[in-house]
Amino acid sequence: MALELIEIAKRVGADTHIHPTSLVLPQGSFNVLLGTTLSGKTTLMQIMAGIQQPTSGQIRFNGRDVTHVAVQKRNVSMVYQQFINYPNFTVYDNIASPLKVAAMSKAEIDRRVMAAADLLRLRPMLKRRPSELSGGQQQRTAIARAIVKDSDLILLDEPLANLDYKLREELRDELPRLFAGRNAIVVYATTEPVEALLFGGGTATLHEGRVTQFGPTSSVYREPKDLVSAQVFSDPPINMTPVEKRGSQLQLLGGKVWPAGSSARSLSDGRYILGIRPHHVTPLPPEAPAGELEGRVLVTELSGSESVIHLDVGGATWVSQSHGIHPFEVGAHARLHVDIDRGLFFAANGERVS
Amino acid sequence: MRKRHIVLTLYIVFLMLPIYWLLNMSFKTTNEILGGFSAFPRDFTLDSYRTIFTDPTWYNAYINSITYVVINTVLSVAIALPAAYAFSRYRFLGDKHLFFWLLSNRMAPAAVFVLPFVNLYSAVGLFDTPWAVALAHTLFNIPLAVWILEGFMSGVPKELDETAYVDGYSFPSFFVRIFLPTISAGIGVAAFFCFMFSWVEMLLAKNLTSVAAKPIVAVMTKTASTSGYELGLLAAAGVLTIIPGAIVIYFVRNYIAKGFALGRV
Repeated sequence: MALELIEIAKRVGADTHIHPTSLVLPQGSFNVLLGTTLSGKTTLMQIMAGIQQPTSGQIRFNGRDVTHVAVQKRNVSMVYQQFINYPNFTVYDNIASPLKVAAMSKAEIDRRVMAAADLLRLRPMLKRRPSELSGGQQQRTAIARAIVKDSDLILLDEPLANLDYKLREELRDELPRLFAGRNAIVVYATTEPVEALLFGGGTATLHEGRVTQFGPTSSVYREPKDLVSAQVFSDPPINMTPVEKRGSQLQLLGGKVWPAGSSARSLSDGRYILGIRPHHVTPLPPEAPAGELEGRVLVTELSGSESVIHLDVGGATWVSQSHGIHPFEVGAHARLHVDIDRGLFFAANGERVS
Repeated sequence: MRKRHIVLTLYIVFLMLPIYWLLNMSFKTTNEILGGFSAFPRDFTLDSYRTIFTDPTWYNAYINSITYVVINTVLSVAIALPAAYAFSRYRFLGDKHLFFWLLSNRMAPAAVFVLPFVNLYSAVGLFDTPWAVALAHTLFNIPLAVWILEGFMSGVPKELDETAYVDGYSFPSFFVRIFLPTISAGIGVAAFFCFMFSWVEMLLAKNLTSVAAKPIVAVMTKTASTSGYELGLLAAAGVLTIIPGAIVIYFVRNYIAKGFALGRV
């Protein structure tokens, strides 16, 4: 029982929107599509739903070819970034609409709508129209409509992006609970790596219409297959620098020398690209062997419990993210430490080698 | 503060004066109108109105006008709806040019079309029927309705369509049950503009009819009749002609500004 995309591609005129992509999403799974705007998340979801037809390739559901089955017959639900509801229907009728189209009995519709409304705390708003609701409530209505009909596939296209911070956090906590225990395949598109990490499940990183990596979220994060996947799945952006490995040392641009660290031990000597996630660059030295960075502070962002420091090191910008408040003055000279054991090494073609 | 009021008052008086004068004339006898200047009717009379409501040549003219206006409005909106949907939702070869060309139809003076229409409608036996005028007016009203409706439709995210399909709605059922109610304000505005154009248009209406389907604008503007000048009667007819427009405007007053911007606000 699964949704399979087999070599799905989408071209519009001369532009390729989706490069040939194969994915298998098992039943009951929660999958995150992670990528920047225009990376192809929405197109991929619309192809999964059947709203758009792929130019080539096949979509199978439970082994059955559904590539050319109309969206109406696919039993899918979709929630968009914009709060999409039927403006002339009440909240109740909005939630009930997929069931009414399916010609379900009145009693059954009522039971299901009430259950969905309770889950999404919409009970007091059932008689109102969407335009009389707050943004958060409008999106809750859209989500209620998506879960009310026992879809095989539930697609959520950046559903929290248009909500303000507080509501986003609130709904983000509730979402996994809403889908737990359902047998549906959930696909959640987001631009935020943090959301992928919070939801767990599987993550596919998308870049310019290509799925660069797909697997369990934590392994995609810890073991990026290539440079692009690491870049997509890193917030703040991952630091990168060319290095040359010589024995137990790493030669950096500008003549700096760092210890090679445990992750580079198995690498043969040669040139690589070193990727260091921002939280492995810290003001305090780690216990393991560390590289040192010296430069001028460009920006210091202090939130309640962590500091993000942008450092200019000989023309290249390094980003550090660390716990605690480290009030570096902008323009001041600073020294940061790189946890070199956690370094990711990529070959010149972008593939990760260690 | 006071100065601003004065200017505004003067402006409104200026606007209302012709309408007041028409109303004033409609309650006078023709002799009084021709007799001299008076701001109020001295011999107040409802005779002119009585004539209009009892003389078939007068009230039939209203019925004729209303008939072709209603046919035209229904026809224009019904045809413009699917066209506007296509322009707002699909990309097709030459769509932008076609869309502009539609509106450029309105730039030709109606007089240009009088001769071909008269000849054509005489040939097919439509001359002097409400259908002749209704069809002739669609030439101007469909493009206008398409433009207005396209603006309103483009304000509805296409994700609404997709959500409906995902929920299981077929296209016709989505269009009628969800999409049309969503753009009901736009339909109202488009219908209003079609109504108004068709109601006030005179040249085509006058020339495409002779006896049986003579519209009120034609009857009203013949200044002399067999019984001489009937200025009171004409004024009363003018007042009655303003009323339907005023009623329709009242219903769409909140959307008119958006309509003038062709839905693009």
